[in-house]
Amino acid sequence: MWGVISRPLTAGNRMQPRWSDGRATSVVAGAIAKPNDRLTSFERLEIYNRMYWFRVLDSLYDDCPGLRAVLGDRKFIRLAEAYLVKHPSGSFTLRNLPSRLAAFIRAEPRYTRPHTALCYDLARFEWARVEVFDTAARPVFTIDGLLDVPPARHGRLRFELQPYLQLLRLDYPVDDFILAVKKREAELLRGDASNAPSTLRQLRESKVRRPARARTFVAVHRLNSRIYFKRLEPAAHRILLALRAGATLEQALATGIPRARKSRVDWAARVQAWFRIWMELGWLCRRE
Amino acid sequence: MPANKFNGYTDYGIGLGLRIPHYDHILSEKPTVDWFEIISENFMVDGGRPLEVLDEILAQYRVVQHGVAMYFGSADGPNREHLRRLKTLTRRTQTPWLSDHLCWGSVDGTYSHDLLPMPYTMAAAKRTAENIRQVRDYLEIPIAVENVSSYTEFHVSEMTEWEFLSEVVELADCGILLDVNNIYVSSKNHGFNPYDYLNNIPPERVAQMHIAGHTKFEKYILDTHDHPVLDPVWKLYAHAIKLCGVTATLLEWDDKIPSFQEVHDEALKANEFIAQAREAKIPAPKKTSRARTR
Repeated sequence: MWGVISRPLTAGNRMQPRWSDGRATSVVAGAIAKPNDRLTSFERLEIYNRMYWFRVLDSLYDDCPGLRAVLGDRKFIRLAEAYLVKHPSGSFTLRNLPSRLAAFIRAEPRYTRPHTALCYDLARFEWARVEVFDTAARPVFTIDGLLDVPPARHGRLRFELQPYLQLLRLDYPVDDFILAVKKREAELLRGDASNAPSTLRQLRESKVRRPARARTFVAVHRLNSRIYFKRLEPAAHRILLALRAGATLEQALATGIPRARKSRVDWAARVQAWFRIWMELGWLCRRE
Repeated sequence: MPANKFNGYTDYGIGLGLRIPHYDHILSEKPTVDWFEIISENFMVDGGRPLEVLDEILAQYRVVQHGVAMYFGSADGPNREHLRRLKTLTRRTQTPWLSDHLCWGSVDGTYSHDLLPMPYTMAAAKRTAENIRQVRDYLEIPIAVENVSSYTEFHVSEMTEWEFLSEVVELADCGILLDVNNIYVSSKNHGFNPYDYLNNIPPERVAQMHIAGHTKFEKYILDTHDHPVLDPVWKLYAHAIKLCGVTATLLEWDDKIPSFQEVHDEALKANEFIAQAREAKIPAPKKTSRARTR
């Protein structure tokens, strides 16, 4: 029965009339399910076939507003269906459904051409938001914690980053793009609730412009149960990655700040400002 | 039913499903609600917003866990990682009992996210009962299994749905979460008398009841949980209360969710039937013996 339920629907959202071996699906369904006085065996199993696909496709649709905005609904559904055939849900929760979408986009570029690189970034970014939402938080490292450490040992301090903090190196500024998409969706919703048809038509016809390629470093994090994105300077991103990898503070700073640039910038002030913000946002934890 | 071993000897009244659109109202207004039912899988996470909200709810309300992905009827058997997370959550919520569905829904680690009907065979009943026992032994709390609504029947079935439910709960020695709306939906889809269903299950095992709304289509009824409870379901509920006694009851409203007050008012309509049952002084059901022989 699972084979019947999980088989992709036709373009008209019906159960496929032919089975994989060429038999009529009605014959396959007839061997499994009883008909009744209103529905054939085919129609009874079709209810489950449709419910399965509508449920998983709806879930991805809701989780991927950015991908939808780039691809359009029809192309997005084609991508989602191909992805779900190859990677059906392996988790008790639908929340984890997009976990392998970015890798799939890279492995199967035909579904996203000519915007594969942008779609890859968007899928990573949208998945990062899911991870940030419900990953554990650890006690934050405070100034009091720093006072416990003799100044001579500050350089050898090792921090952990909050497990929920996601650090992304992107080829496109998809953070701004997602915000623009969400703003447009909110306006469409407001328009739906109002009696201004001309405004609504204009909104529906307007699309969010696809972003131009630009290397972007973003932290996706949460504060007071809400998800935020924060742009990072490249050096800050490198320092955070090094800290996450287990480097000491000294090693992380050496990794993050290129030797040649050290003299031209007031790195001490800059790094101090970064750390102050990171501590305020609760990103740093003391390594056990 | 009044306190019994399948609901942890509790005597809960009318509860509501905890749903995201109502979070702000509940947390700010703190309405009087006897208990909330949570979907376990929504909170089987390591941290973040879901658990923060849950902890605020737990500080003020009694919570019962209801699952949608244990799939007692799947051939795979219980998933260890799922059980581990579930146990962590039961310790947090202190749920007096835990419910999930009498259905299958996963194959070789792939999840359908649906509550798929089972073939009503003795082999399936025995395997399902064994899975329920494993879950109960691991979680160390009472388990109640819920009858699902269905849209198809199988050629291989050897018994009626109520016979199958009775076999499973007797073999597993577990409770029943009696979903009255699901009985009504399936009775219309399969052409049986819903009162035959109620009259032939062991009432002393009913730990909790569900009521909900559904949607009628031309050729079948769909269990949509997006409407108020319909009259035939209320009548069925009144009969169930007469058979089982006053039982912890929960209204499910999962789609097109209206305001908290509207959902709560709908749930409290159950009080009318509970009052009638109390006036009638219905005795606690005696232990039934199975009509079927195995």
